[in-house]
Amino acid sequence: MTMTQQSINESSAAALGARDVVKARRKASRQRFTTSFRQNKSGLLGLTILLVFIAVAIGAFFIPASSLDVTQVTADPFLPPSLQWPLGTDDSGRSVLLLVAKGAQISLLVGFAATMLSMFIGTTVGIVSGHYRGLTGGVLDRVTDWFLVIPYLPLAIVLATVLGRSLLNIIVVIGVTSWPGTARLIRAQTLSVTARPYLERSKALGAGNLHQMWKHVLPNVMPLVLANTTLAVSISILSETTLSFLGLGDPTAISWGSILEQGFAAGAISQGAWWFLAAPGVCVVLTVLAFNLIGRATEDILDPRQETA
Amino acid sequence: MTSVLDVRHLVKEYPVRSGVLRRVTGSVKAVNGISLTLERGRTLGLVGETGCGKSTVGRCLVGLIEPTSGSVLLDGVDVSAMSGRELRAARRRIQLVFQDPYASLDPRQSVEAIVSEPLRLHGLARGSESARAAALLDLVGLSSSVLQQYPHELSGGQRQRVGIARALALEPEVMVLDEPVSALDVSVQAGILNLLEELQRELNLAYVFIAHDLSVVRHVSHEVAVMYLGRIVEYVDADTLYSAPQHPYTQALLSAVPLPDPRAERSRKRILLEGDLPSPIDLPTGCAFRSRCWKATDVCSSIPELRTTDYHAVACHNADQV
Repeated sequence: MTMTQQSINESSAAALGARDVVKARRKASRQRFTTSFRQNKSGLLGLTILLVFIAVAIGAFFIPASSLDVTQVTADPFLPPSLQWPLGTDDSGRSVLLLVAKGAQISLLVGFAATMLSMFIGTTVGIVSGHYRGLTGGVLDRVTDWFLVIPYLPLAIVLATVLGRSLLNIIVVIGVTSWPGTARLIRAQTLSVTARPYLERSKALGAGNLHQMWKHVLPNVMPLVLANTTLAVSISILSETTLSFLGLGDPTAISWGSILEQGFAAGAISQGAWWFLAAPGVCVVLTVLAFNLIGRATEDILDPRQETA
Repeated sequence: MTSVLDVRHLVKEYPVRSGVLRRVTGSVKAVNGISLTLERGRTLGLVGETGCGKSTVGRCLVGLIEPTSGSVLLDGVDVSAMSGRELRAARRRIQLVFQDPYASLDPRQSVEAIVSEPLRLHGLARGSESARAAALLDLVGLSSSVLQQYPHELSGGQRQRVGIARALALEPEVMVLDEPVSALDVSVQAGILNLLEELQRELNLAYVFIAHDLSVVRHVSHEVAVMYLGRIVEYVDADTLYSAPQHPYTQALLSAVPLPDPRAERSRKRILLEGDLPSPIDLPTGCAFRSRCWKATDVCSSIPELRTTDYHAVACHNADQV
């Protein structure tokens, strides 16, 4: 074995050992995060609420279709809560408890999927417009402005009407109308990252624009993206509820918004059937609260400025 | 002898815009017609006070700033006219080491990623990037145990070594060192300077050493160019500059350097310059230094050329005769 080969082997062995060190360090930092999160009471409360709803959404897969089919249910309409019907029945005799559980699936799905889409668009636009400050950046900025200035709800209503009523469309509608705030935030952060010497250095090494954005800007704006995501999920869930309540959601899917719409249309208020409207309403409030609590707790833990000794 | 780096009449102006219409109303002449030559294995010191344009020169050399006019020749090939892919390939041959070793390293990259990034960018050492990174770290006196560490876990000196290793990854011929030690502790400075000297000997590198610390420049440079407001006022080999400075500005700068010998230090006469550095937007007519010069006479209303006599170039009408 020649000297150089030997030294290469040695150094790769050292690198392998070091990789284990990094793994251990990552594990330790994960543990630190978990420990701090456990001590954060409101964060834990939010997480508990969220986990309950996720469990309910998963459990709702086992609800037999017949119990939600208006032609096959046998109970009377507008029955108040009782032992047999814990949250009462709706205008066609279906259990509101089962409806709300089924609705959790759609509301959470739309909430997460729309947030992913919104984060993807917002982050891409933000980084690109912050990185290319010339004509490209200017055009993207004006587009962002345009989306910011247009009142959100009318735009979403028009889009939902034009695209038609389906689950995918409602995700797209929420995604493409809620990204400009994220884009603004990410653009500002990109500008600050781009001004740092390590980007200049990377440029001096001969790095192209894609490399700079992917390898340096994105990892450095990622914490901000993640922190923004938890807040955005609750906004997406609220938007889904709003659009469904206005009758713009998927007519075949049951979500909390569509239950509210159905109850409103069936005259639950004049019938005094408060359970019909209160159950989905409380679910929306609790989920949004859960995401906000988790978001605040994560921010508290991850923000180095707020670290206490 | 062929020079590896040849800079000819380099000019960099920044437009000054004002008013609602953002019309160009003037310009900041950051670099005002600079010519330099550098041979392999030699070090050129570039000194001057803050704002004299020395860092702008460094950035023009590595292609981070496009000069307004003039040319930068690497082995006789003009780099300043290149763009895109061609420029990126040319950048391999001239690399920059930054002043602040912390800010110039991405906090989210491990040392291995930092050092092997240039290799990946240029497709060098395919498949053995990490071995090459370890070898580069060895070259700058770091053990391969730092490979998996992050910049915040390193000391200032270690960080600057990582920065040097990264610049060396592309096997450049010229390194532009932009105040490489001014952000470091004095005890660490010597280590980095010695490392740079060793590397120069081993790899036959040419350095452009930008600094404001005259004693550091004297330690490392073969030739020194003194800059004042975007122009070179004196350009000579290091020993002559420190023993027999001719330009009044150089004399004033050198008189500010404390001497280690206490007896000599007591008799050291300081030349105190009056007034402030003139605004580079509104340069004095004629010699730029005449507003602060104690030797200024009527002839100074015309711009002094850089006159060369026996390898000693001075831009002053009233320079001391050797």
